[in-house]
Amino acid sequence: MALLEIKKLHVEIDGKKILNGLDLTIEKGKVHAIMGPNGSGKSTLAYVLAGKADYKVTSGEVLFNGENVLAMQPDERAAKGIFLAFQYPMEIPGVATMTFLRTALNAQRKHRGEVELSTPDFMKRVRETAAKLSIDTEMLRRAVNVGFSGGEKKRNEILQMSMLEPRLAVLDETDSGLDIDALKIVSEGVNRLRSPERSMIVITHYQRLLDYIVPDVVHVLSKGRVVKTGGKELALELEAKGYAEFADEAA
Amino acid sequence: MPAVQETVDQVRLIDVDQYKYGFVTDVESEKAPKGLSEDTVRFISAKKNEPAWMLEWRLEAYRRWLTMREPNWARVEYPKIDYQDLYYYSAPKRNALASLDEVDPEILKTYEKLGIPLREQEMLAGVVRQDSEGNNLGERRVAVDAVFDSVSVATTFKEELKKAGVIFMPISEALREHPELVKKYLGTVVPVTDNYFATLNSAVFSDGSFVYVPPGVRCPMELSTYFRINEANTGQFERTLIIADKGAYVSYLEGCTAPMRDENQLHAAVVELVALEDAEIKYSTVQNWYPGDANGKGGIFNFVTKRGDCRGDRAKISWTQVETGSAITWKYPSCILRGDDSRGEFYSIAISNGRQQVDSGTKMIHLGKNTTSRIISKGIAAGRSNNTYRGLVSAHRKAKGARNFTNCDSLLIGDKCGAHTVPYIEAKNSSAVFEHEATTSKISDDMLFYCRQRGMSAEEATALVVNGFVKDVLQQLPMEFAVEAQKLISISLEGSVG
Repeated sequence: MALLEIKKLHVEIDGKKILNGLDLTIEKGKVHAIMGPNGSGKSTLAYVLAGKADYKVTSGEVLFNGENVLAMQPDERAAKGIFLAFQYPMEIPGVATMTFLRTALNAQRKHRGEVELSTPDFMKRVRETAAKLSIDTEMLRRAVNVGFSGGEKKRNEILQMSMLEPRLAVLDETDSGLDIDALKIVSEGVNRLRSPERSMIVITHYQRLLDYIVPDVVHVLSKGRVVKTGGKELALELEAKGYAEFADEAA
Repeated sequence: MPAVQETVDQVRLIDVDQYKYGFVTDVESEKAPKGLSEDTVRFISAKKNEPAWMLEWRLEAYRRWLTMREPNWARVEYPKIDYQDLYYYSAPKRNALASLDEVDPEILKTYEKLGIPLREQEMLAGVVRQDSEGNNLGERRVAVDAVFDSVSVATTFKEELKKAGVIFMPISEALREHPELVKKYLGTVVPVTDNYFATLNSAVFSDGSFVYVPPGVRCPMELSTYFRINEANTGQFERTLIIADKGAYVSYLEGCTAPMRDENQLHAAVVELVALEDAEIKYSTVQNWYPGDANGKGGIFNFVTKRGDCRGDRAKISWTQVETGSAITWKYPSCILRGDDSRGEFYSIAISNGRQQVDSGTKMIHLGKNTTSRIISKGIAAGRSNNTYRGLVSAHRKAKGARNFTNCDSLLIGDKCGAHTVPYIEAKNSSAVFEHEATTSKISDDMLFYCRQRGMSAEEATALVVNGFVKDVLQQLPMEFAVEAQKLISISLEGSVG
């Protein structure tokens, strides 16, 4: 059974149709890249998978491990193993990054009926994981994303992902706003998490990110549907030709 | 079926058992006859074996009270209080306790349920606790005075405090053992005629705590009082008087709970603080009186007068409050900055949910030269509640170089609640510098979604965001109480989202 199955998904926001019968199947352990022009529905797909309230699913199905995701609350989905690395991570004043991480981790464990992680175990894990992402422990004491640079925010997303160990990670334009050094650190962080047990959806506008995170499958999204699927070479083709041809195809 | 059990637990948590201190202790009590009259005042005074001057003081207050009117300027609405339908004195039966062992075990059990360790041995054992980041919080050593209905039932650590020269005892006892001290200071910060509720308190107060820290002494531990109203239809009128003599330091904590009852219960306390030259008093409150049910039935009416007097130069008084309970809160802990270079601080977290109404704030009265004050107020309104900050900062003609900084933030959860800020600022001399900052914000859906995507429930997410919002104030609380306050905040907001 595939890890994720999206069947004929139609989604609108404020009465405007964004996804128009999107189909997508992702097997366990695979990394899928989703590319497409602005407005093609890439971020909408990410938010719908995570369960953001503003998006209205008018028809279609999303199955995660055979379970109906659309009936679940966002926190239930998180506990089942769906993680979204936000394009614009939120700032939470006054809440230390460390506290945030710990609250999230223990909330998920509680959901799954596991015991909370002890303080020393948690500290050990967070320090080790942060070090691998070149995150200073000082940053962990600062309020979540408050005053963080673009690169720090994205590294913080990957840190959370590393700590929460999801089964499906959705990375929404994680490369936006990153310089080349930050891009490398973030990509390495993501690559370390690749495993036969974990699938990923990498949403990006540019091929550049896919030089570092090499996908198994590439999809092109246009006007709310997958219009082309191929291997990693499809990304290079897009880089050369642009999205113009797909805009026509979908029309 | 664990899933079903979980659902049941969840529902219970959110709905019925929100106020976990709402139990009644079955203990026999002795009450004064219902209603208020000179006889009631005499009854209370006689019960306490008070000196004649104290009875006169009370009677004068009572006669004055008859001529006064209940204030109505606060942004709160409540049914008229029938002052003749209340009991003004209720004491658990049993007299003159020599040790904790003589306290009614039912009462000790009550305090145990509240998580208040009264047993000295337990405190001496010093359980080492950890905060969320794994740092040791150190041993918890707090001397506790427990007030049940109107009477102080137990005071711990008396001997050890005595060695340091600190007097910490029920005020009824202090009236007998240290009448000269009580007489010298009682009513000098909050005069008998101050306001309707303070005057009522002066007439009928039955107990409370008395603290005196002699010159140059740093009180060796936190002092704490827990107030609990148990009897139905009983008003609780406690009176607290704290004096820090020259160069002394004391930190004092106050906690409050009450059972759930359908009727409203009246609480009208008076707290007076006196800080002499170079002295410092830190007063913290975690107020968790029963707030009433979701429809606004029942709950405590909390009309409290708290005031500190920086009577000497370089004196410092700091109020920190976490207000989560009560149906009505009417409370303005204030500082009179009389001494030159004296300093007043007010840190407040006021949370209202359901149908609660909060009108709270502070007054900073600058009288001396180069006096400074700081106000940090965080109001959080949820449900259908109303939350008002009302504050006065004033500098008198002689208060050259007075400085104040005020920061007033309000957070709204949901769209049926209200947050209001009413600051009064008066400067009568041109060298005063007053700053006022205020913000009102709503917890954004995007912020909550971000937290929920990480696995937190709507309520966990709200509590986390709120705890971040109030962090500046939480940091002012003594550490072990900050942990408690944090939990309390989460409990108070249960059922406010979703």
